Order: sequence, then structure tokens, then C-alpha cells
Amino acid sequence: MTQSIDTTRARLVAGGTHLALAAGAVFMLLPFWLMLRTSFTAPDQVFAGNILALSDFSLENYRRVFAEVPLLRYYLNGIFVVTAIFIGQVIVCVPAAYALSRLRFSGREVGLWLVLAAMMVPYHATAIPIYVLLSRFGMINTHGALILPFIGSAFSVFLLRQFFLSIPQSVFESARLDGASSLRTLMHIVFPMARPAIVTFGILSFVSHWNDYFWPSFVLRNDFAATVPFGIVKFLDQELGADYGPQMAAATLTVLPLLVGFLIAQRQLIAGIAMTSGQVD
Amino acid sequence: MIARNGSARKAGPQGMGKNPMPVAVRNLTKHWPGAERPVFSSLDIDCPAGGITIIVGPSGCGKTTLLRCLSGLETPTSGSILFGKQDVTQVDSQHRGVAMVFQNYALYPTKTVFENIAFPLRMARLDPQSIRTRVRAAAALTRMEPYLDRYPAQLSGGQRQRVGIARAIVRGPAVLLMDEPLSNLDTKLRIEMRAELGALQRQIGSTTVYVTHDQTEALALADHLIVMRDGRIEQQGAPEDIFTSPANTFVADFLGSMNLVDVTRSEDRVFVTSGAVRLDGLPKAPLSPMFRLGFRAEDVQLGPVDGEKATLPVTVRRSELMGSERLVHMECGGLALRARLKEVVRPDDRLELHIPAGALHYFDETGKRVAGAV
Repeated sequence: MTQSIDTTRARLVAGGTHLALAAGAVFMLLPFWLMLRTSFTAPDQVFAGNILALSDFSLENYRRVFAEVPLLRYYLNGIFVVTAIFIGQVIVCVPAAYALSRLRFSGREVGLWLVLAAMMVPYHATAIPIYVLLSRFGMINTHGALILPFIGSAFSVFLLRQFFLSIPQSVFESARLDGASSLRTLMHIVFPMARPAIVTFGILSFVSHWNDYFWPSFVLRNDFAATVPFGIVKFLDQELGADYGPQMAAATLTVLPLLVGFLIAQRQLIAGIAMTSGQVD
Repeated sequence: MIARNGSARKAGPQGMGKNPMPVAVRNLTKHWPGAERPVFSSLDIDCPAGGITIIVGPSGCGKTTLLRCLSGLETPTSGSILFGKQDVTQVDSQHRGVAMVFQNYALYPTKTVFENIAFPLRMARLDPQSIRTRVRAAAALTRMEPYLDRYPAQLSGGQRQRVGIARAIVRGPAVLLMDEPLSNLDTKLRIEMRAELGALQRQIGSTTVYVTHDQTEALALADHLIVMRDGRIEQQGAPEDIFTSPANTFVADFLGSMNLVDVTRSEDRVFVTSGAVRLDGLPKAPLSPMFRLGFRAEDVQLGPVDGEKATLPVTVRRSELMGSERLVHMECGGLALRARLKEVVRPDDRLELHIPAGALHYFDETGKRVAGAV
């Protein structure tokens, strides 16, 4: 008797939870669906009939975007910029974080404070001085303007430093007694162990710089180095006006690489965010 | 499977360690900047060549810092460290020819067992053929051959420490340092590994310095035993000698937790100081008015004892079954005492404990051993 009441109650609770989660999912997925639906509907049909249903499938919008927007160039620019930022960050931030967490040198504390301070300042605040610097170096409108400001990432240094602190000191000491120099310890021990952390900040860095609109719109005046969001928005303003079909097709094409990447690297991504050093004891 | 061929064994157990040399410490002091007192000061230690020297003591006694000074991971404030005839105090840890086994194994989690063991050889830029041979020899010694392809996370605690040991011995270090290598293992495994480690050390023949806080481990493995407390050496020597004649009450209590009773002498009678309980016997007792009597739980007898003996009246408080015998907690004049007995006793039983003369230890008021007994 009591047992059946308990099961009924458990079912009600589970049902309620699912209902709430489903409502949340609708709230988050609906805009996404609208984007897809609009992008696959012929331009003159966008506001006709049921706005949620895909009644009139057409690739017309995509054809127009591919015909009129130099999309391949934007993709290549985006991939180049994002990859260069990531590689630069690995080269700069991993050794910096290793030094700040495990090497003894005077000024280490000050260095750490500087990293923390740099994290507190929003990059919009330093945008103008950086712009001035870049323009003095003649780098406005170049890929360098999109890459260089982000290579020394305080956030990445901090994230990696915290990660290195979670590796027992004895691992580093053992490497030292085994005859490894600091550089070789970094290459043979620290880099392989830091893979989850590097993947995590790699994903964060990839996503934020791929999607970034503010910085490209700040330092670019033409198409030469334009990344996908900047290029598309700029192009839409000029050529397509308030034509929702092509706009949504372009938006879909912007997020597509990230979505595909997410689906491929899903496991790695979750493991990276639930980061552990993999140290066993 | 890579391992399992006969050629690996030929490189075999013998001759992995280079000719062992004695390790000595002279007048060594370590003082952290800003600390009130030194971790240890003016230590003099001699570790026999090719043997196991065990440094034992409670946490915070400075034993681990001493080991780290031997390894070169810490620099002593003053004094010198000698490996054989060479003063290595200023020599970098990488050039001392030491290897270390860590309490938490300190394995490289992203490398296989083979690569973990091979790492010191790779750092020394050995050719791949001799790396393979030597890794297999070390793995054979530590019985890790079937696991060379695994990652540390796929091994049990005991296997991980075997990898740690294999990695330490693979270079044939002149001096092998072990920092509580068995402390992270469970009791049963610890006892097994202890025996294995002892046998392994004999085979390798490297001079070994081993730090532990576990007194049974210390007594079981040591060729030379050093008992430390608060940065000082309380006693060093052969483990049997230290166990049978501890230099002071600290050593007596730390190794084998000896029962210690404060005794007062007035005229020709002796009493337990705290409870004015009269004691009978006490052969060869010091003649001073105050001293301490020590005896081990396993030396206590209930039945009649031949020859000279001491007798204490006690009350039983609690009895714990330890297997073939019982650990009985008792009270004598307000003092808690322990005895290992075969007989069944009940709480509140009043008994007379007999301790044969040979098992009595006497210490003066400051805790130092008084000659006369044993």
C-alpha cells in the first residue's frame, strides 16, 4: 500500500522534473529551430503560413549566400586566426603557467598578481591602447591584429596554473631525479599531463574567437582578414538588407563548424571541462 | 606482449647496482629561513654500503627532510654529505647517482609502465636496444613484466609502487632512497611488499636509505636503524641492539611501545609513584630514589616464573583478541599498562603480573637507560 503511494509520488516528481526540463529545452532550442526553418524556407514564404513549420523546403537562401558572399575566404580567415591564437596560447601560456606554479624564482608572486590583475580588466577597456599600438605597427586590417592581442591570455595562464598545482610535487621531483631538465620535464611530462587542461582552454578559446564580432569590427575596415561573423554581418548590411532568409542561412553557416566540432569532440570536451590531472595515487 | 622472452632475463637481476658505497652525513644542519628552530642540526650518520639504513621517527622529526637532502632536492644549511669518499653536498641531484621511490609513487600517468621505467634511461639518451633490455630486467625483478603496456591508472596500488621501484632501480643507482614507499598500501599488501622489498634490495645491492614512521617496517627491514625525534638522533645501530636495549624511554616507547612505570624508592621498598602500589622484586634495580621501569607487553607472564622476576598487582580493564593471543589493557596505580597474554581474563579481574629479570629495563629520571639491567 505505502509502496504504491511511494511509487506514484516518485513518478509524479520525475514527471514534473521532465516537464520543467522540456520547457527549458523548448525555450533554448526554439530560436535555433526558427533560424534553421527560416534558412530553408524560400524568401517569399518566410512569413507565410505556420511560422514554426517547415512547409516549403528550399535551398534558395544558401544559393544566394554562396553566390554573393565570399564565404570560403571568411572560413579560411576564421580557421587561420583561431588556430594561430590557440597555438600561440599553448606556446606562451603553458610554460608561463608551469613557471608560476612549479619553478622557484624571485618575482613569482608579483607575476601571479599581474596575471590575476590582467584577468580582472575587461579587454574592451584595453581595446583603444591596443588599437593604437596595432596601428603604429601598421597591422590594422591584417590577421595579426586579430591574433596578437589574444596570445598572452591571463585566463589560460591562470587555468593552467591551477591545473599544474593539482599535480603532486613529487612527479616533478621524480622527473628531476630521473635526469630531466626543466625544459624536458615540460615537454615530456607536463605537456602530456596537461592535455585535458589544454583541450579545455582550447575549446573556450576556439569558440570565443570564432564567434567574436567585437574585436574584428574594431580593427578591420575591409574584407581582407574578415572572420565569419564579421564578414557576414558586414556583407548582409550592404547587400542583403533585411532579407531574413539569406541572413539566417548565413547565421547557420557560421555556427555549423562549431556544431560539427562539438559533435566530433563531445567526449573530449566533457572530459576537458570536468578536468582532472589523471594523476593516480 | 613485449616482455616474456628469455633474453630479457639474461641482463638479469645481478649487477644492477653499481658497486655500493657507504653514505655518510657529517654535522648536517637544515634550517628553513625564518623558522624558529632547525629541522635537524649537527647530524652524524653512517649508512653501511649495500645495506638498508632505516630512518624511523614520528611525523615532523625531520626524517623526510634528511632524505631530501641526501637526494639533492633540498640543500642543507651546513655540514656535508659523503657518498663513498666523494663530498656530494654541492653536487646537483641529477649527478649524484641517486634514485628515489616516493610515497605516492609519482608515476607519469600519461606514460605506459614501460615508458615510466624507461624514462630515466631516455633522459640519459641510452640507445633503444639497451633501454629495452634494462627495462625488462627491472620489470622482471619487480614482477611487472606482464603489465608493461598498461597505464598507471590500470594498476593496483602495489603494482604502482612496483613500477616506482623498477623506475628507481633501472639505472642501477649507487644510492637508492625510499620515502615511506609502503605507506599508501593496505596492511596485507604492505607486509607482502615489505618482504619483497627486502629480498629485492639484497639482489640489487644498492646502498639504501629508507624513511618510515612504521616501527614494524623499520625493525623488519633494517640493517642499520636510526631513530629520530625533533631533529635529533635518539639512537642508531643494529635493530636487535636497539630493540633489546633502547637508549632511552622515547626509543623504548616508539619501537614496540614498552610499558613505562615511574617508580619511587624509599628505604628498601619500591612503589609505583602515581598510586603508591608496592612492587615486589625488581632485580638489579637502580638505587636512586626515583627511576622508571620498562617492560614489553609480550614479556609479561601470569603463571609462575622461574628465577628472578618483578611482580606488579594490576586490575584488568579491557581485553582485545589479537588472534592467537590477547592484548590486555590493565591499570596499576592509575597507570595504563598493556600485556599480551594467552590466558582469558575478564574486566575487573585482579591479577599479579610477573616479568622475568631479563626483560626488565630501567631508565633514570631524564629517561636515559641505566646500566644494570640485562
